[in-house]
Parts: sequence; structure tokens; C-alpha cells
Amino acid sequence: MREIKAKDITKAVAQLCQQANFELGGDVLLALRDARQNEESPLGKEVLGQLIENARIAQEERLPLCQDCGTAVVFLEVGQEARISGGDLYAAVAEGVRQGYTQGYLRKSMASQPFSARINTGDNTPPVIHTEIVPGDKLRIMLMPKGGGAENMSILAMLKPGAGRQGIIERVVKAVDTAGGNSCPPLIIGLGIGGTAEKAMLEAKRALLRPVGKPNPDPEVARLEKEILVRVNALGIGPLGLGGTITALAVHAEVMPTHIASLPLAVNLQCHSARHKEVVL
Amino acid sequence: MDVMPITSPIEAEVIERLTVGTRVLISGVVYTARDAAHQRLVQVLNRDDSLPFDINGQTLYYMGPSPPRPGQVIGSAGPTTSGRMDTYTPPLIAAGLRAMIGKGNRSLEVREAIKKYKTVYLVAIGGTGALLSRAIKKAEVIAYPDLGVEAIMRLEVKDLPAIVANDIYGGDLFEQGRARYRKRRY
Repeated sequence: MREIKAKDITKAVAQLCQQANFELGGDVLLALRDARQNEESPLGKEVLGQLIENARIAQEERLPLCQDCGTAVVFLEVGQEARISGGDLYAAVAEGVRQGYTQGYLRKSMASQPFSARINTGDNTPPVIHTEIVPGDKLRIMLMPKGGGAENMSILAMLKPGAGRQGIIERVVKAVDTAGGNSCPPLIIGLGIGGTAEKAMLEAKRALLRPVGKPNPDPEVARLEKEILVRVNALGIGPLGLGGTITALAVHAEVMPTHIASLPLAVNLQCHSARHKEVVL
Repeated sequence: MDVMPITSPIEAEVIERLTVGTRVLISGVVYTARDAAHQRLVQVLNRDDSLPFDINGQTLYYMGPSPPRPGQVIGSAGPTTSGRMDTYTPPLIAAGLRAMIGKGNRSLEVREAIKKYKTVYLVAIGGTGALLSRAIKKAEVIAYPDLGVEAIMRLEVKDLPAIVANDIYGGDLFEQGRARYRKRRY
């Protein structure tokens, strides 16, 4: 068994929180530059230019890209040959979030008791952690600060199997149309298709971790992604909802088998501040 | 494109010149308020009590910043989604609020109140909090400190960039922009 120390996990998570909030990924920047090239609206072009400029300032000055530094969503891939020593895995991750958000002067946005007290927990804990056991002896940590505005526009639709491909397309387009400018487009649209209700939702979020615009390896799914992207960009919503031809940068769909009675469709929207960083211990 | 420098609080006659799509640079004083502060302000109005600051003619910025590093005025400071403030907004407009800065579109009720009371809704670019923070020269909490990031702050701003999204003539930037670039109905 390979040993991974809990305190190294804490340190790594603290760094990821800050990196993710200060440094926009190269793939996102590239997609934004392409979007600025292709956007037909002059105002949209200008807005995209400001997003790129904002990313430069954030990185240079170590200022959060967005004041909403998000819920810390953490995907863990734990090698089955690895052993965590010197502490509890989830406590180590939570401590990393606490340290990262405090040391990085990141905004703490977690409210306790969602429907009454809503007291800020003060350190952005608890994180939302998704764990997978995988072959090997390493620990992969992927951290995604997820802003509230875009997350609020997520949907889960349990479609009838007969709705099929067309039903999926219509429902996704409707979700983006309803979200309008509120989810801070241009978006990355994460889709989970199939599985069960909760599995679809989880895969919709995991799809957002893919490099922007990298198609699903299955050509049939990749065609669906492409068609939805064209339909969404025809809505005219544009950057920040001010009108334009680039409402989404990419559609990432994950597809899995489902029950004979079901066609679950989960839509998780990612704002243009598509922040995530990862490390392997 | 033309940019109009304006001073906040915004004079009533300036509001008349702020038509949809006008680019402005705001200088002067604005107050921050998000969901929790709005809830409290409206509770105060419902009790016929006095608000923690004189809202007459003032500008609200829907914003909760990230904390400043030592020596900084403020952290990242971009707008939050305005739609969450919609239910609280008409009574605040009726109480004298003259301008709002946020992101995203407004409800029909808010748009009607904007027309009726000669108000303006401006959008700042969501997700550019690092860039927008440069326009903020001074920040102090003036009410509800227990709300932390959602406390009401008085900000002094210089050339804060925004775009008129809803004007007194009933114009709506989101509807106009979408209509212009929509390719087909789904």
C-alpha cells in the first residue's frame, strides 16, 4: 500500500482553491479568444474582451476572477492501492478548503441551514465531495469552485423514453433560454443523459471538467453536442445576455445506460468563469 | 462607442438621458445590497421604520465582494444576479431608490416601477470582479455588519463602467439584444 499523508492533501487542496480562483484555464482563455473572433455583436465582442482582460488582472494581482468564489466542489479519485495516513480524508479536504479560502482572501459563500438561519459558515466549508475508487495507488484531486448564479439555473428532467434525441435537444435549449443572462454566458453546458436522477446530475457536473470543447469520444454523442451548441447559439442571448451569437462555448455530454422506463436528462450550467484545477498525489 | 460619465447619486434630469444601450462611467457614491440586506430593508419599510441610510435618489449595487488583502480597498467586486432582488425592488423604488446596478434581466413589475418612478437599471459585466474592483476607491460597512459579505457598504467609485439595461421609456437591453441576434425559434 502506498501511503498518502492527510496533511499533504490539505496543503494541495488549499493551493488548488487559490489557483482555481486566480488563474483561468488556458483552454477557457483560448475558447474566449475564439468567441471574441466569431461573435457578431460589437457589444458582445467588447464584453468578451473584458472577460479576457479580467483574467489577466486576476492572475497578475492574485485577485479572484469573480467575487463569487463558489462552493468548493471536489472530485476525488482514490487509487485502491493507496492508504491515507495521519487523518480522515474528508476532514483533510475540508481543512484545505478552509485554509485556501482564508489565506487567499477568497469570498466565503456557504450558508448553514439553507431554508432558515442561513448563517455564513465563515470559512467556505463544507465542500461538496464526490469520491470514486479507481485502480492504482494515487490520489487525484479535482477542485471546481462553482458559482451560485449558474448553478441556480440547473435542471433535471425525467423525460419519457419516446422523447428521444429531439426531446433532449428541445429541453436543453429551453433551459438555456430560461437562464438567459443570469448564468453569465458564454456558458459551458454540462449534460448527464441516462443513469438515474442523481447519477445524471453528477455526470452533468463532471462533464464540466473536460477541456473546453473537447468532444465526447463517441461520435454519435459528439454530433449531439455539436447540434445543441448550434441551437443554443441561435437563441441570440449572447455574452452576459446582452445579445449576440455566442451564448455557449461548448456542450459536454456524458451518456450512460438507463432503465427501460426512463430517460433522465441533467443540465448543469457553467458560467464563463469556468474554474477548476487538479493535482495528483 | 460613446461613453457618458455620470455622477451618483444620479440627478433626475440625467435619468431622462439614460436610454437603453447607453454606456456610462459612474463616479460618486453607491450602496451595496444583496438578498439578505434587501429582505431587511423591505421589512423596515413594512414596519414604517426609517432605513439605515437615506435611500432617496441613491444607487444600489447588487454586490458582495471578496475580502480585501491588507492594504487593498476591496477584493473582487462584480455584480450578482439582479433577478433575486426583483420581489424587494418595487417598494424600494417607491421609497426613492433611483438607480440599480446588477447583472441579468428584471421582472415585469420592476420594469413597470422603473417607468413609473423614473428610475434606471444598469448592468455591469458579470464575472469581471477583478477588473471592476479597480473603480472602487473607498468601502465602508454602514449597516447590518452581522450579514458579513452581505452587509450594506457605502462605496466611493470612480468611472465604474455600466450599460443602461432598462430605461424610463420601457426599453429593455436583454430583449432588444436577443431579438437582434436570434437566428430562429426553437
